Amino acid sequence: MRSSGDALKNNRIVKIGAIDVSLFQDILKIESFIQATACGVIIGTLTRYYLLRRDYRQYPSYPHGVLANMALGFIASVIGAVAVPALAEKEYTAVTVLALAATQFREVRNLERTMLLNLDSMQLVRRGPEYIEGIARVFEARNYLVMLTALLVGGVTYWGSILYSIPVALITIFISCQLMKGKEIGQIAKVREGKVYFKGPNLFVEDIHFMNLGTEQVKNAYLERALGVVIEPLDDNGRTTLANLGQRMAIAHDAAALLGIYRDADTAEFTPVVRRNLDTGRVALVIVPIEKDIEFLLEAVKRVPVLESALRMPLLNPIGRKASD
Amino acid sequence: MQLEKVILAVITVERDKIATGGAPVFYATDKEEQEKIAIYLARITEGVVHDLENGVYILVKH
Repeated sequence: MRSSGDALKNNRIVKIGAIDVSLFQDILKIESFIQATACGVIIGTLTRYYLLRRDYRQYPSYPHGVLANMALGFIASVIGAVAVPALAEKEYTAVTVLALAATQFREVRNLERTMLLNLDSMQLVRRGPEYIEGIARVFEARNYLVMLTALLVGGVTYWGSILYSIPVALITIFISCQLMKGKEIGQIAKVREGKVYFKGPNLFVEDIHFMNLGTEQVKNAYLERALGVVIEPLDDNGRTTLANLGQRMAIAHDAAALLGIYRDADTAEFTPVVRRNLDTGRVALVIVPIEKDIEFLLEAVKRVPVLESALRMPLLNPIGRKASD
Repeated sequence: MQLEKVILAVITVERDKIATGGAPVFYATDKEEQEKIAIYLARITEGVVHDLENGVYILVKH
């Protein structure tokens, strides 16, 4: 009787112990879950902010545009951060949210494209649809980058420790920045000054003809204020890329945005123009800037991004390679 | 197809160079007047003046 009572007592203690242990384990698990998610979300959102600062030049509306993108970045990082702990808990349905998110972020691209296209019609020097498409694509892609960063940070924190999260975040941001860094005009072409002159009514920069301009007043303004830049492609890839009209609009837009433009709605003749020499594949820009400073104009042109949609690589193909000699 | 470039006006000092056409023709007595009319019309219509080098200016909307 006594012995069976002891056994019962012991049993109860053991049971209580088991409950305690499993409860403790549960609390630990929840804690690591929260820790992983929080780390992922915080670092993901910070990544979005960092990436947002990098494309400030392309950014049209400052405080509200930033807030809208930060909010989307936050959502992306929540989805990314939750994914790993959810998988570990065998909550597979939670992961399907990732797929849903992808469609949501495709909307971001549409949103940015529509907005920038609407704004573009009001600019003195337009960005052009190709440049806008590139910017919209970057906005979409950066949300995926944020999601990936949050996912990796969340995973590492969940299985490893919170200490690993910061180095992993830094490495991910570094790698993604390196991967996402597009080329610039300065890397595919030599950019130098070109002389602006008139032959009769025809405007030239070196041997490249731009346009026919009628009145003396306009011609004098050009001779006094205009700057010419010649862009010589380094190889056939560069030549084909520079031939793209969207790429050329981007060059004119960025140069005008950085140096100012001497024109108004009723002086269409001062629109910066980029034209191509058919024989050599060289292109030239003529611009009437507010700040007549060739050094910075060359720098501005060199830093114009090579648009993804304009980039062509004929030399990667054997036919293009053979045709180039 | 949509036409994007249109000749808005013709400004000339050479009467015999111009026959009838779709665009209004402005006759100027001398080069100076031709310049002045061309600039005025360009500002009003937001077009660009081009010189055909035969005494005829055309004003084109780009």
